[in-house]
Order: sequence, then C-alpha cells, then structure tokens
Amino acid sequence: MRLEILNSGYTFGTKVLFAFIQLASRRPVPDAARLVFYRADFYGDPMKKITHEAMRGPSAWSVGDRELMAAFVSKTNECEFCIGAHTATAGGAYHDQARVEAVLSNLETAPIEEPLRSTLRMLAKLTREHSVEAADIRRALAAGVSREQIEDALAVCFAFNTTNRLADAFGFFVPGPKGFESGAKYLLSRGYK
Amino acid sequence: MEEKRTAHQALVTRVLEGDGRASRAERRAAFDDATLIEPLRGLISKVAKHATQIANDDIVAVKEAGLSEDQIFELVVCAAVGQATRQYQNALAALDVAIREGS
Repeated sequence: MRLEILNSGYTFGTKVLFAFIQLASRRPVPDAARLVFYRADFYGDPMKKITHEAMRGPSAWSVGDRELMAAFVSKTNECEFCIGAHTATAGGAYHDQARVEAVLSNLETAPIEEPLRSTLRMLAKLTREHSVEAADIRRALAAGVSREQIEDALAVCFAFNTTNRLADAFGFFVPGPKGFESGAKYLLSRGYK
Repeated sequence: MEEKRTAHQALVTRVLEGDGRASRAERRAAFDDATLIEPLRGLISKVAKHATQIANDDIVAVKEAGLSEDQIFELVVCAAVGQATRQYQNALAALDVAIREGS
C-alpha cells in the first residue's frame, strides 16, 4: 500500500495474527483487512461495526442482495479491489455467479426482481452523482421496496462509498481469482466483525 | 435501522472528535473537503471526488510538505467518510421527503 504504516506499522500481536491468518488461508492477508487493523480504534473498529450491521444485520434483503449492492456500488466507483471481492462474495452467497455477472454487465436486462433492480438503479445514481431526489426514492417505493429496505440499502452504499475510496487512495493490492474466492469464503462465514 | 444510523454516527464522531495525530480542525476540513492548502487539498479532493485518479505522487507530495504517514492516514479516512456521509445523509433526507409526500 502507498503508506508504509499500512504495510508494516502493526503491533506485535497484530503481526502474529496476520501470520496465523496467512498460514491458515495460505494467502497474504488482504489489504482490506490490514486497513481495519491499523490503529483500529480510529477507523477499523467503528467501521467494522457499521459494515457488519449493514451487510449481516437484520434486513429484508438477503446477504446475497447486499453483497450484490456492494459489488454494484464498487463497479459504479470503478474500484477494482472491491468489485472483485464482492462479486465473488455475492456469487457465493447466491450460489449463482451468473446472476451477479449479469447485473454488473447490464442492470436493465439482468434476470432479477424489480425491487432489487430499482434499488440498484437508485444506488448507482447516488454513487455516480453524489445525490438523489425524492423522485428517485419514490420510483423504488413504487417498485415495491419498503422504507426499511431503502434505509438498509443506503447503509450498504455508505459502507462501500467509504471503502472504495480508501482502497483506491491507499492502493490496495488486487489479488487474482483465488485470492477473491478465499476472501469471499471468509466474509460469508465470519462477516465483517 | 436505528443501529445503522447509530453506528454511522459513532464512526463520524470518532474520526472527527476523538484523539488523533492530525488536528481536529484539519480532520474536519478533510471531512468537509474544504479549506485545506496544497498539496493536501488536491489529495483530499481526489479522495472525495476522483479516488481512482490518486497516484503515488499525490501521497509523496503531501509527505514532502511535512505531514506524517499517520496524519495522512487520518485525513484520507476523514475525506472518504465525509464524502460517503454527505451522500448517505442526502439520500436519507430524500427518503424522508418521499415518505412524507407519499402519505
């Protein structure tokens, strides 16, 4: 990463943990994990809390839906690391990688439910233009999305509009497919805690 | 829903008001994408609006201007959380209007 402190500035205990993770997974610790372990009280701990709540907390959206939103927001932000990570995780959650690829390729023709499509459309506008209007929200409500679902989707959007920026600013290493698969398994079994 | 808003506020409060290596005023300016001097201003503005365009040189320039890596870490985090927060709060306000006008 671009800051040396994010490569090597960890406490002895964290370095031991990283060594254990690397041994168990047989892969380098992903930069997304390294970021939240650096001075975790400043950013990592409070960010993990909102991200876990958004991605794994109670919601009418499935885990697959929320991971798809993460991938879709990341695609809109053109964040290579997060696109790979959450495309793999959404595909794993759905047990259907083709569904995820179809959405990322063309939202309008992808074979998904209209409430999800309408919500992704709204998230894309918010991410791309940095704001939405009541009319954008009303279109999602009219498609059958509840107020609670919109709030939940906006929390996912917040988490990844933050993480995408940090991944690009700090220069996260982008692993290959096996690295993303390994990360997806971890996120599906442990979440973001 | 309330848990998410509470967790979001806790993050914002921590990065802006808790202890840090950058001053609270600098963290607030980075969060707001406002009133910073170059080259920090350029880096923070890219984090907020064009993060994919950030290059090694942007970080090097800020280090050469005298900021420590910990200060850069904090200010970049504040810029990212700040921009994402503005978008989140804009959309929550739009949701409130949509619900109010629809009822």
